[in-house]
Order: sequence, then structure tokens, then C-alpha cells
Amino acid sequence: MFITVSGEKKEVKDGLRLEELIEQENVQTPQYVTVSLNDEFIETQDRDKIVLKDGDTVEFLYFMGGGAWL
Amino acid sequence: MALNDEQIERYSRHILLKEIGAKGQKKLLNAKVLIIGAGGLGCPVGLYLAAAGVGTIGVADADTVDLSNLQRQIAHSTADIGKPKVQSLKESMEAINSDVTVNTYEKFIDSSNIRALIRDYDFIVDGTDNFATKFLINDACVMEKKPFSHAGILRFQGQLMTYIPGQGPCYRCVFKDMPPKDAIPTCRQAGVIGAMAGVIGSLQAMETVKFITGTGKLLVGELLTYDGINQSFRKIKLPPCDGKCAICGEHPSITELKDYEQPACELKL
Ligand SMILES: [Zn+2]
Repeated sequence: MFITVSGEKKEVKDGLRLEELIEQENVQTPQYVTVSLNDEFIETQDRDKIVLKDGDTVEFLYFMGGGAWL
Repeated sequence: MALNDEQIERYSRHILLKEIGAKGQKKLLNAKVLIIGAGGLGCPVGLYLAAAGVGTIGVADADTVDLSNLQRQIAHSTADIGKPKVQSLKESMEAINSDVTVNTYEKFIDSSNIRALIRDYDFIVDGTDNFATKFLINDACVMEKKPFSHAGILRFQGQLMTYIPGQGPCYRCVFKDMPPKDAIPTCRQAGVIGAMAGVIGSLQAMETVKFITGTGKLLVGELLTYDGINQSFRKIKLPPCDGKCAICGEHPSITELKDYEQPACELKL
């Protein structure tokens, strides 16, 4: 199936969970990243339960300060 | 108040814009904007707003100019090293345009002084470099019903969003809370490309001018991100506040401001 991650369309395996996608994408310090799925924020504890579907859109929103990162 | 001949010439390129015109220019001259942070973001914001003729501009920062600032903080020069940043920025702004009044606040902004400070201004620009102050600015602006521009820059990345009371999500709707101090083992000082401060700070100045003049569409409910490596801009849609936000929600759990501790990040060269 195909999903859109940070604006880029990519093929992923069927039944991929959101948590697995975050690992695959090498998201740094994932516990501090806000994740949106189809324009809805997802609670951190729900990431493991959510199974992605064909056509889903995922965005990662990062904490960003001047010169320091978490 | 009519524009004088010098003002008509100085602001002619604004007046020529049908979206701004003489009417919009007068709004700019009557506006009061507070910039918190006179560093990478605050410098271009201050310079562009002074050039634009924003009548009263407050600048708050407790720091002095350091040699390592000059790579990106373009209102400060080598001769300003050691000088308070607010003073250095004020001088650069007044050199561009003596039409504007620059109020300086050479102090740390904290929970005890921020509400009284922002109350006097129409629009707030977050030009700070730390998460603790970003949450403080957000919470104070929500409490005082003040619109503000949030921005952050890091390495080759930058982002910004605008909060307008009652119209869209706040910073805390997106980023919830400061991580606990002892839970940040990965905190590092990272580099940032100097021009990134110019790109994102200029976009904050753009939002400010648009807000004051009522022009166009603001970045409300959207996070604009810029990736300098790929030269790409993206807008990420932010869901509206779900009513559960700790500060802008229906039953806010935050009723008083508090000072968060910003972890000191080590610098590794
Ligand atoms: Zn909120």
C-alpha cells in the first residue's frame, strides 16, 4: 500500500503500525515528536495500536528552538 | 493623521500596493509590536519592522552580543560585542528609520513580568531560542488574548506558525508540554545556517505586517516548514483545538504561568 509521509508518497507493507513507521523513518527522539495522521494529532500511547491504511497521510512535527534540540 | 512628504516617499513601495496603500501604512505607523529575543530571528524581524514603519517596537532580551552571534544575528556588528543586544538592535533599527520608537527591555522574560509587558502591544513575535520561553510566551499570549508569531530554527530547518486568539490552535495544542528536565539526555547545542534566521525571521515580519494591515491569509492552523537542504517549503495542516488543550481549551488546567527550567545544552565543536 501507499501512504504519504512528510509530503512524500511511499510504499509500505500492509498492516504497518504507526509505531513501526516512526522506527522505519528514523525519527529522532520520537517521544518528543508530535505525529499527525490525516490531519489529526495522535496521542503518544496510541501509536502502537494504530494500523495504517492505504492513502494515509502522516506528518511529524518537531520541537525546534534556536540552536538546541531535544 | 496624514502622512507627510517624507513618509510618502519613504513608504512609497508600500503605498503602491493595493493591499496596503496609505491606509495600511497609517495602521503600521500606529501599531505596537513586541519582539522577544534580539538574536537570530529578532534581528531581521526588528530591521524589517523598523523599515516598514511600525510605529512602536518593543525589544526584550537580557543578553549581550557575543562573537559567536555574528554569524547570523545581522543587526549586531563586531563593534557591538559586549553591548546589550537590545541596545545594539535598537541602534540598527533607528539608523534605518527614525520614524519608529524602539522600547528596550534588557531583562529575562519570566512568569512574573511577561503578562504586563505584552499587554501594551498589539502583536508579539517569539524570537527566542529556548523551549521554556516559547511555552511561556504561548501561555501568556493565550491568557492575555494576544496574537503572536512562533518560530524555531535548527541546522538547515526552520518553521513558523501564527496564533490568533479564538481562530486556531496554539503552540501547546501542537507540542503539549516541556519534557521533564531529567528526561532530556539527548539535548545538544546544534548548529544553524545563518541565512535560516533571515528566512524565518523575514517570514515572521511578513506575518506581522499582514496582521497589522489585515492583508491576506495568516499561518493560523498551519505550520510552515522550510528545509534549506532541499530548498523546499511545506505547510502542515494543524487540527483545530480539540478543546482539551491545557491552556486554550475549554477548561484550561493551566491557570497561572510558571517558569520552566531550560536544560543547559552542551556545546561540542
Ligand atoms: Zn492550545
